[in-house]
Amino acid sequence: MISWAGLILVVLLLQNLMLLGTGRVRACIRIAAMQGAILSLLPILSSGGVPTLRETGIAAASAALKGIAFPWLLYRSLRGTGVRREGAPLLSYSASIVAGMAVLGIALWIASRAPLPGATASPLALPAALATMFTGMLLIVTRRTALMQLLGYIVLENGIFAFGFAMEIQAGLLVELGILIDAFLAVLVMGVAIFHIHRAYDAIDVGQLSALTDWDR
Amino acid sequence: MILALILIPALIGSMVFFIRKPWVCRTLLIVTAAAHACMTALCWCGFPKPALSGWLAMDAPGLLFLSIASALFLLASFYRVSFRKESAEKKKDFEEGFLFTNAPEATFCGCMLLFLSTMTLVCVSHQFGILWVAVEATTLASAPLIFFHRHRRSLEAAWKYLLICSVGIALALLGNFFLAVALPSRGVGGSMLLAQMIDQARGGLLNAVWLKAAFVLLLVGYGTKMGLAPMHTWLPDAHSEAPSAVSALLSGALLNCSFLAILRSQQVLVAAGFAEFGQGLLLLLGLVSMAVAAALIVGQADYKRMLAYSSVEHMGILAVGVGIGGIATFGSMFHAVNHSLAKGMLFFAAGNILSFYRTKRASEVTGLLGRLPMTGILWVAGLFAITGSPPFGTFVSEFTILSGALGQGRSFIAVLYLVLLAIAFAGMAVTMLRMAQGGDESNETRGREAALALIPPAVLAVAVLALGMIVPSSLGEMLRAAAAAVGGVR
Repeated sequence: MISWAGLILVVLLLQNLMLLGTGRVRACIRIAAMQGAILSLLPILSSGGVPTLRETGIAAASAALKGIAFPWLLYRSLRGTGVRREGAPLLSYSASIVAGMAVLGIALWIASRAPLPGATASPLALPAALATMFTGMLLIVTRRTALMQLLGYIVLENGIFAFGFAMEIQAGLLVELGILIDAFLAVLVMGVAIFHIHRAYDAIDVGQLSALTDWDR
Repeated sequence: MILALILIPALIGSMVFFIRKPWVCRTLLIVTAAAHACMTALCWCGFPKPALSGWLAMDAPGLLFLSIASALFLLASFYRVSFRKESAEKKKDFEEGFLFTNAPEATFCGCMLLFLSTMTLVCVSHQFGILWVAVEATTLASAPLIFFHRHRRSLEAAWKYLLICSVGIALALLGNFFLAVALPSRGVGGSMLLAQMIDQARGGLLNAVWLKAAFVLLLVGYGTKMGLAPMHTWLPDAHSEAPSAVSALLSGALLNCSFLAILRSQQVLVAAGFAEFGQGLLLLLGLVSMAVAAALIVGQADYKRMLAYSSVEHMGILAVGVGIGGIATFGSMFHAVNHSLAKGMLFFAAGNILSFYRTKRASEVTGLLGRLPMTGILWVAGLFAITGSPPFGTFVSEFTILSGALGQGRSFIAVLYLVLLAIAFAGMAVTMLRMAQGGDESNETRGREAALALIPPAVLAVAVLALGMIVPSSLGEMLRAAAAAVGGVR
């Protein structure tokens, strides 16, 4: 039981490093989708007994959303733009991997110091969740294509979801559904925005979004 | 009743997307807005019953912010109608000269109504999870509104808004999870209810470390949406690029809703006996916001951006008021009302100026009093209203916050607060008065001012002026109750 969860969490950490180490957008979409789907199923896989209908339903809905709907939406906006890879990230891929390792170290350190009230799902769960969140933020800050920033947001959400799993939080059906719907709409709306950015600039490089400043143009 | 407040705009809003005729969309927008305002007014006679086993309920802070949002929304939808002729055809961009088309009227009205519905949900949420869902939903409903003028700059503003606010709010979600960890029961659905949370906090059942960490995350997350510096970077872009009716709503209603979300977290902190921890953070962020805004208001070239920074400043004032506590919390609640009225009026006036002069650069606008006399008068009145000059309501509320600081002997904060207010006043006065005066050569054309574009800002002007002289007893009661709920005067 613990080994299952532990194994999955190690996969999660490897996926973080893969996301940081490649600029191929399609590959990144696939990795982020797999990460989301695996995380959604994690609570069921790691629970000892037979999962209730409610748990199964939420996990299935969430996995379908993150594993199928998100990549579908993202591929759709990608097809319109013809972008294949991240052009020139602010942090090179090898440097990103080093940063990813550093972030993992920080996550382990924080998790070892955090005053935990009660047990966590797995000793690796909290550091994995923190590292995934940090990875998402790194992607948002260091990538220049709008699509990769959106992926960073999805990875950040994945990390928060993993935190919820790590601390065994049950938010309640209504709230979990609400969060899922919000996440779906966020990806949808941002996907539409990316489509418009491509149409307006013929590129999805957010470095070009720099007309609005306080300083005189 | 509570469900009706949320569902009616949501249902009509989703219907409007499929209606082709622009006038039908606009009529539905106004009728729904009026119905919503009437229902909100009814709530003042007595709080409606909680819905969904207490997850949605009305209380004093919620009703206060809901009333502001609802009233401003009604005026904004009337104001919007005065621009009805501009919507359809291709337009030339003022600044860069390319052609663009506005979003279809159906999309605009539909998103407006969904925006109203989500803001209502924020105001009545008494469960932290639903509160988060609602705040994120306001972002998603309002982003298409910012992108209404479909051109590059509005796109840039909408993208920044979406990304920065979504990341900010993701942190607030993490804050919610922290809050759940702080609970003895690990946050099973119902125990994230505000009332139960407060009960458990009073009983000392919450884990102090996780509770404080949760508050920090919630403050940063919702603070991003509220426009507190240094997380305010999306705000000037979004406010300056959105249509003026939307800017007024963003500034007067949406920022308040995010403030309410922070106040809910503060309520738990107060109950747990850590009021000072939250107040210290709010005070710090508030003063930083006021300082950043004051620095950027002075010499600001774009008058809509200047109004946006003024919103950052006023959100700072609200945070400072709650941060000081006591009577200043009352001042802060009152100031939220006054700021929304005054800022709505200024953004409406700015919309009139923009559609006549076709520029957002303050230096290219002169002789406002001569060329658009009514708008000019409103613009100058708005200047004094927003900077807190007597006899406007803002003066009373800003003064209440000041006296709260002085009453506690915190003279350093009081002095800093006054200096920052003075800098913002000077900065705004120079720019806005320069726009109002000058250029009175006889060959200049006089603009035509539509009544519908003047009545909404005039109503707001009268309201904020009246609040400076007399506060109706029912409003006073509500303000006191709201302040007491978030740990202010008792």
